[in-house]
Amino acid sequence: MRSTKYVVTGQDSEVLPSDIALKIYELGREINVKETCFGVIIDGEEEDVEATVTEIRAMDPSNIFIKDRGFPPGDPRRCRGHRGGGARPGFYMMEHESEILPLISRGLEAEARGEAVPPEIKAKKRPSLEELEAMINEEFS
Amino acid sequence: MVKVMVYPPTSMILADLVERTGHEALVVSKEVRKKVNTPGLDSPPLNMNPEDPKKGLKYAAVDVPSGVRGRMSLLGPMVEEAEAAIVIKGDSCTFGCTGCARTNELTRFLLKTKRIPLLELEFPEDEFQAKQFVHKIREFLEGLN
Repeated sequence: MRSTKYVVTGQDSEVLPSDIALKIYELGREINVKETCFGVIIDGEEEDVEATVTEIRAMDPSNIFIKDRGFPPGDPRRCRGHRGGGARPGFYMMEHESEILPLISRGLEAEARGEAVPPEIKAKKRPSLEELEAMINEEFS
Repeated sequence: MVKVMVYPPTSMILADLVERTGHEALVVSKEVRKKVNTPGLDSPPLNMNPEDPKKGLKYAAVDVPSGVRGRMSLLGPMVEEAEAAIVIKGDSCTFGCTGCARTNELTRFLLKTKRIPLLELEFPEDEFQAKQFVHKIREFLEGLN
């Protein structure tokens, strides 16, 4: 069965989409590659794609993100060239997530370094009636 | 390997984090892929076949808006297949192509009532939250083993 994946590079990544495309060509598997502004789209037989994904991820483990795609690259039902322009369905979610990718990358780097997780900051809460009463008694008694 | 449903089901970050730990992420694009390979559908998931409304009816009554039933025909089988789930709370991230508030509520409800390991989080807004976010997800996924 064929499989299609998005490979998205984070904003802090030093790996360019063209580097990923070159790496895939070097691997010599039967995989279609389409370079985009955010990364690449790869399409091929499932086993080939899975093996390629592992090798691409190793190029920059904390800055390369991979996601499944339903449609093959250039499918006329999704391709903007065939639909008269406009944002591709699914673009908005990707845009939303790409804004926080640098944060996730830093989180992954911290995990890889084995850094201690910062303590959770508790939300400020209003004093209860008893606490307020105790405060007033303390202050004015 | 555990099948982990991610919500929003189009989330790249969650699907990526799940697959990094060796589990299988249940995402909507895999369901769409099955339909893309089905002959006779012009533009899935906008088009349906006669079997899809029946699947949707299992989760939502006939008087529920058809959009909910249509979405549930994709999401319902994923919920049934799920052995664990990671759900992002907060409205803005489910305001894209999964932007149906009733479907979001119904899917979360089904996941909660299924009594499977469930992690509810919000997307991080700063670096500290991001470290906690990644750590919590990693701990949750490693705990599934």
